[in-house]
Amino acid sequence: MVYKLDQRITPLSRIFLVLIFFILYAPIFFLVFYSFNSGGTMYHFKSFTLDWYKELFQDSRLLIIVLNTLVIALVSSLFATIIGTLGALGIHSIRKQQTKNTLLSLNNVLIVSPDVIIGASFLILFTMAGIKLGMYSVLLSHIAFSIPIVVLMVLPKLSEMSPTLIDAARDLGASQWNVLTKVVLPFITPGIFAGFFMALTYSLDDFAVTFFVTGNGFTTLSVEIYSLARRGISLNVNALSALLFLFTLVLVVVYYFISQRNRPGRWGVKK
Amino acid sequence: MNNKVTRNLYLFPYALWIVLFVVAPLLLVLYYSFFDIEGHFSLVNYKTFFTPVYLKMTLSSFWYAFLITVIALIVSYPTAYLLTKTKHKQLWLLLIIVPSWINLLLKAYAFLGIFGTKGIANSFLEAVGIGAKQILFTDFSFVFVSVYIFIPFMILPIFNSLNELNPTLLDAANDLGASRWITFRRVIFPLTIDGVKAGCQVVFIPALSLFMLTRLIAGNRVITLGTAIEQQFLVTRDWGMGSTIAVFLILIMFLIISLTGNRKRGV
Repeated sequence: MVYKLDQRITPLSRIFLVLIFFILYAPIFFLVFYSFNSGGTMYHFKSFTLDWYKELFQDSRLLIIVLNTLVIALVSSLFATIIGTLGALGIHSIRKQQTKNTLLSLNNVLIVSPDVIIGASFLILFTMAGIKLGMYSVLLSHIAFSIPIVVLMVLPKLSEMSPTLIDAARDLGASQWNVLTKVVLPFITPGIFAGFFMALTYSLDDFAVTFFVTGNGFTTLSVEIYSLARRGISLNVNALSALLFLFTLVLVVVYYFISQRNRPGRWGVKK
Repeated sequence: MNNKVTRNLYLFPYALWIVLFVVAPLLLVLYYSFFDIEGHFSLVNYKTFFTPVYLKMTLSSFWYAFLITVIALIVSYPTAYLLTKTKHKQLWLLLIIVPSWINLLLKAYAFLGIFGTKGIANSFLEAVGIGAKQILFTDFSFVFVSVYIFIPFMILPIFNSLNELNPTLLDAANDLGASRWITFRRVIFPLTIDGVKAGCQVVFIPALSLFMLTRLIAGNRVITLGTAIEQQFLVTRDWGMGSTIAVFLILIMFLIISLTGNRKRGV
């Protein structure tokens, strides 16, 4: 019996895939669906309403929290991208394999560490260093846990870059600064953008670390949703999740286009 | 050439980050684990950890993490396999990843509604004649929601390794008369074992340390190592004991990483 490997998917496996996609998306659409429920519960759909959204936009406390979350995400990703890119450039320039590997292992510690460990250890760190828990401690932690992912996004781009490019630039009389800004950075830009977006999603998604290092006065969205959810169901949260879902979709589309640009060959120097 | 100077300039902020936010926190956790709740140096935390209460908790945390990882693997492997055969596979993969970008808390919150006493899951059970059951705050709901959350993280590395698989190898196996099952067992699976290991690593370690799910979905019935750490740090405020549990969690983490092999070796 001969079968081809890239045979078409059988109906049974198609059902399986549909089921997986259904399970993955159903809870999200479930939330969005009930955000339009005037009944106030997540089990009986009474009638269509936009009241929860209105309430959301009138809740100035929540809006400030959203703003906090966005500011923290943007600022921390920016810093993480700068430090991470510099770090990747540094790691890339190291010749000794052993030093390189040690740095990479240290880089990956925060990626594999569970959030609870990061949160708890940062809590100790900030307390010992005398940094007041609040916005700055949250910002510092977000920068800290986003740096390694930026490094991991930028490094492959650097190793993809042929060293002859730099030699050529040097031969043509480029200064070190010129080599960096005119040759290296343009080449690794897609990696830097990918790193920035990953850092952004890390920061927006984070709950556990923030939960540990935030003080009384400062809250991000995740922490706020946690305390709301512990109190039970309120359809404000549903409305909020619908908006966040839309926002995530926008991010995904942006990310998709960046990764499309990321395809090799765009800079005409494909190996 | 002043290559070295530039390199050090690049590395300075990064190295500072490593010292301050990678090395220092780990050392501080270790340091704190040697202090009792009154701030005296002692080994009492380690003694407490080796009492049956804590050992049992560690074991049960392991058991749940194991269960979550195995179920996630069983669901994810075929999904990843089928995804590699779809036409626009990168797009489908992206669609699998999108839910993982939705805030974790919101997904947990959705299940509060779905699994609630009058929730949609219970209406379904009633409709098929089984009758309403307590779903929320059980082991089942905890494992289900955890698996739900971790599936994309498991699919991604498996998909990548399946995608890198050279299709001519499968043709060769086919030509040599291997059945589908033999091809899978002898060729496909061994060649994608790295992806499986990476997937298990990214699921197992977080599964040991989930704490918001145990509070929201399992209603404190399930205590994982993560829950215990959170409890000690933020509720009991016994940072010493919390750090001790954290030390063991870190040890377990390094053990698992060395067992599953570091994929990023020699980048």
